[in-house]
Amino acid sequence: MNEILEILEKDARTSAEEIAKMLGMKAQAVKAAIKKFEKEGVILKYKTIVNKELVRDEHSDVRALIEVRITPKKNLGFDYLAERIYQFPEVNACYLMSGTYDLLVVVEGKDIHTVSDFVSSKLAPMENVRGTVTHFILKKYKEDGDILRQAKRDKREAISL
Amino acid sequence: MKTSKIVEQIPPSGIRAFFDLVLGMKDIISLGVGEPDFVTPWNVREAAIYSLEGGYTSYTSNKGLLELRQDISRHLKHKHSLEYDPSDEILITVGVSEAFDLALRAIINKGDHILIPEPYYVSYGPLVTLAGGKPIFIKVNPENSFKITPKDILKHCGDRTKGIVLNYPNNPTGASYTKPELKAISKAVIKRSLIMISDEIYGDLTYDFNHTPFPTLPHMKERTICLNGFSKSYAMTGWRIGYACGPKNIISLMTKIHQYTMLCAPIMSQMAAREALKSGERSTQEMKREYRRRREFIIAGLNEIGLTCHKPEGAFYAFPSIKISGLSSMEFAKELLKKERVALVPGTAFGPSGEGYARISYAASLSNIKEALLRIKRFLAPFERTKPLDKSSGLRPEQGRRTKK
Repeated sequence: MNEILEILEKDARTSAEEIAKMLGMKAQAVKAAIKKFEKEGVILKYKTIVNKELVRDEHSDVRALIEVRITPKKNLGFDYLAERIYQFPEVNACYLMSGTYDLLVVVEGKDIHTVSDFVSSKLAPMENVRGTVTHFILKKYKEDGDILRQAKRDKREAISL
Repeated sequence: MKTSKIVEQIPPSGIRAFFDLVLGMKDIISLGVGEPDFVTPWNVREAAIYSLEGGYTSYTSNKGLLELRQDISRHLKHKHSLEYDPSDEILITVGVSEAFDLALRAIINKGDHILIPEPYYVSYGPLVTLAGGKPIFIKVNPENSFKITPKDILKHCGDRTKGIVLNYPNNPTGASYTKPELKAISKAVIKRSLIMISDEIYGDLTYDFNHTPFPTLPHMKERTICLNGFSKSYAMTGWRIGYACGPKNIISLMTKIHQYTMLCAPIMSQMAAREALKSGERSTQEMKREYRRRREFIIAGLNEIGLTCHKPEGAFYAFPSIKISGLSSMEFAKELLKKERVALVPGTAFGPSGEGYARISYAASLSNIKEALLRIKRFLAPFERTKPLDKSSGLRPEQGRRTKK
């Protein structure tokens, strides 16, 4: 991957000037590259990873992974149904899978009822949805490569040769 | 009670008092650490746990696990086309520090001279003395990016010169050598029939060109003891695993001492080292990329605030001049610690020619590096107005530009 992207993926707040220093480039060139990435949609947006194990967010307190089996629509394949599903704001992520089911839908809600309501009233009754299996997440340990626990302490001696 | 004269006469590490000062302080930003800020990759730690669970708690062969020596042999062949026989040309040691000591004791007869480029890693001088030799320090020229030249070597050679120590990439200066530079050095080594002790522990952390192990140079394999280990490449300092590769007869002498003093390196560490060789390359490359970015960042930053600094080719140290402050290295380090709570190592820790310099480790998070640079800049501000400038340092234009802001 491009090194600018690699740096931003680790810390989106690294300034263009800092990246320029790190890569031995001109700040202008870094800014231009970032602009280009943004324009092309390579960089979608800059978000903060909030540790939801530490703060409660009542709207997304409960998260479930839902296996969805569907009958693909003629000529439109799986994409048609996927599109109808992922547009719901409750849906956090949606993947087409190989294996025993077709779509993996990640749903967030304020409690178990909200999530099961969504599944039973919106998802399951959809035309071409043949069945769903809901798995509630009990605890998050690691998300998107980040381990969700308190900052690590530096265990090294403060000075050594 | 009479104790050993030779040990008594070894200068105590003058740096100890300063270290105690640092260790006694809380909430400091330390750029004084000589080891990676990464934790050993999990697959390596996991392998060590597994080996403990599996009951691997015994001694190993004196030379180290044969499997590990075979892995190292394969690794050197694959990476550098170097051929070392795992049965009698490789010895597993407790870190490179032990390997270094063994190498000296294996080659030194009382009074032999060993050439050591200065500034040097702290243990080199004392270990030569303890082995009965005499360290001959060669001051490297900061103008030559702290690199030693064949001329320097020849100038310091005498009848008793037995060998030379080369540490590249270098702790503390970060300097390393390209293949042509090493070739030139190897000619001086041949000319004076020296034995080369090549400490290449930072070899994997070479940024601007490929690291050339000394024994890969023509005719050098038969006169080089090449030292390496796992501490820096795989963030495994605490595991204490190093190795020496060299001519059969020397490795056999080193093994003799090793079997009496150390017996063998810890088996769990050796098992972990096997895993590191098997699967650690990805982590090594990731760490290297990260260090490289920090290097660019910190070198630019140091030069901006007036601590002029050549760009180190390897390791994770910057070795800037602190002459702009008008302070000695030790004063500089102490004052900076007291006033701004930033720790670094005074250059004099690595020999008298380190005066006027400081070792700054960038094995620290980027946010700490940023904050430390801000603090050092603040620390330097009063000196700019009051201290007369050292004309030879060539800092005037830089300063002029800054005061205009």
